[in-house]
Amino acid sequence: MDKLSNPKRRSFLQNILQGIGYSAFGVIAWSAYLSQSQANNLILRPPGAINEKDFVLKCIRCGMCVAACPFDVLKLATISDEISIGTPYFEPRKEACHLCPDAPCTSTCPTDTLDLNLISKDSKLDINSARMGLATINTKTCLAYLGLQCTMCIRACPLADTAIVLKNERNPRTDMHAFLKPVVDPDYCTGCGMCEHACPTKVASIKVLPLAISQGDRGSYYVVGWKKEDEQRLEHGPAEIKVERTKRNEKSALDNVNDVDGILKGLYDE
Amino acid sequence: MNNFLYRHRFLIGRRFTQIFVMVLYFGANAYGWSIVKGDLSSSVIFGFIPLSDPYVVLQMFFGGALISVDILLGVLVILFVYGIIGGRFFCSWVCPVNIITETATYFRKKLGLQKKEKALTFSRNIRYWVIGISLILSFIFSIAAFDMISPIGIAHRGIIYGFGFGWTFLVAIFLFDLLSQKYGWCGHICPLGGFNSIIGKYSLVKVVHDSDKCLYSMACFDVCPEVQILDMVGMRSKAITGSGCIKCGQCIESCINDAFHVSVVSLAKQLKG
Repeated sequence: MDKLSNPKRRSFLQNILQGIGYSAFGVIAWSAYLSQSQANNLILRPPGAINEKDFVLKCIRCGMCVAACPFDVLKLATISDEISIGTPYFEPRKEACHLCPDAPCTSTCPTDTLDLNLISKDSKLDINSARMGLATINTKTCLAYLGLQCTMCIRACPLADTAIVLKNERNPRTDMHAFLKPVVDPDYCTGCGMCEHACPTKVASIKVLPLAISQGDRGSYYVVGWKKEDEQRLEHGPAEIKVERTKRNEKSALDNVNDVDGILKGLYDE
Repeated sequence: MNNFLYRHRFLIGRRFTQIFVMVLYFGANAYGWSIVKGDLSSSVIFGFIPLSDPYVVLQMFFGGALISVDILLGVLVILFVYGIIGGRFFCSWVCPVNIITETATYFRKKLGLQKKEKALTFSRNIRYWVIGISLILSFIFSIAAFDMISPIGIAHRGIIYGFGFGWTFLVAIFLFDLLSQKYGWCGHICPLGGFNSIIGKYSLVKVVHDSDKCLYSMACFDVCPEVQILDMVGMRSKAITGSGCIKCGQCIESCINDAFHVSVVSLAKQLKG
């Protein structure tokens, strides 16, 4: 029998095509929801969380970290939270992370989505090395920057005087008071959010933002010349730092500066 | 009264187990009980026996995740248990969505809605297609695709950790099963049910039919959520080996002449048919 006119074969193929047609709608809606659910990067995760993209994949959504949290800080995202469903998060303005020294949330994670290695120093658990986010201050709304004595954030900070320091400045308006301006040190801020929780302004003037948003990156192009380790990168650093030797820079920069004739000569040559 | 209890012994047992399991999970989160912690995706019994849903883990694997040892052990435990008592045992004895779908079916019968069945019918193989699609989407989006929209996940996480607007999914399932298709979600679409069917295909615990006792009342066909597995009823005495069987025991309860019973059936016997 001719293959094309075989009715069984024809109806089989038609059934498959029909199925594809039906499922197209469902698959498109499903895909749209999946890509949407990965779009939010304003979420604060528990201590030791791996990067957000891997987090939503690796988290098995068991909620054991939420159950382990002794202060009920962590919550599990529901479908209405605009956060990847079933994943743990916290909102510092409502309840901030207490930085338990034994990290019950991180140590209970069965999938290493909350990775103890990320909050350990010299293979010893050190909760202060957690980097959940970075506190950022809006100096226009902060009471301390207005000249009032507030200090709420630094009093709440578990790493006061290291993660948040007070900068004393003369207040030229009264000429007899000092500003006590809080400044966050990104080297120490854990992102626990105690400051945001404590801030007395109507909307918090100090806010913890995820590192993906709040942290800058200088790139490897800038070399801090007055730091020995950084300067050494020029000699045998990563591949992206390359100093091309041309006629002008064959000698060291210092020699060039002192060699006025050489510079002038170089300019004339070009 | 005793007769009533006896007639509904499986139903009572299943409801008790379903609620009991959820209470244990809920208590673990709310009151710190340590009998079973986590949820139906992954949990730990007594603090050391891991359990993990193989279907979720397979999706994570397709998404490109490195699976940790704890999770792999959990998957093995589940595969072992399901391999013995049957994967869809989960559907009728643990899954909270089962309560919704059976309630919908109860009202469907009471309200005489099932007569409209012919208006729209869904293939029972949709669930296997959904498994395939979910794995492809997991690969494309690097995320456990079905886990993101799973009503089962929404239901059990909702009970343990809070619902949000997740309950709307459950209402949708109730209405779908009540108005559109008998056992529409659980018996046709749910890929977790499909996956558990595959795992438990050759499980040792089976419902066995004795055709000599059959009175051809067709009562079992009326209650069975997966009627395609009852092809031998009244004709041959054999174990129900169709992978769709959810071990709910409704056929046993419904039969007035006890033509069904639960039994351990060896693999060799199952393969012989």
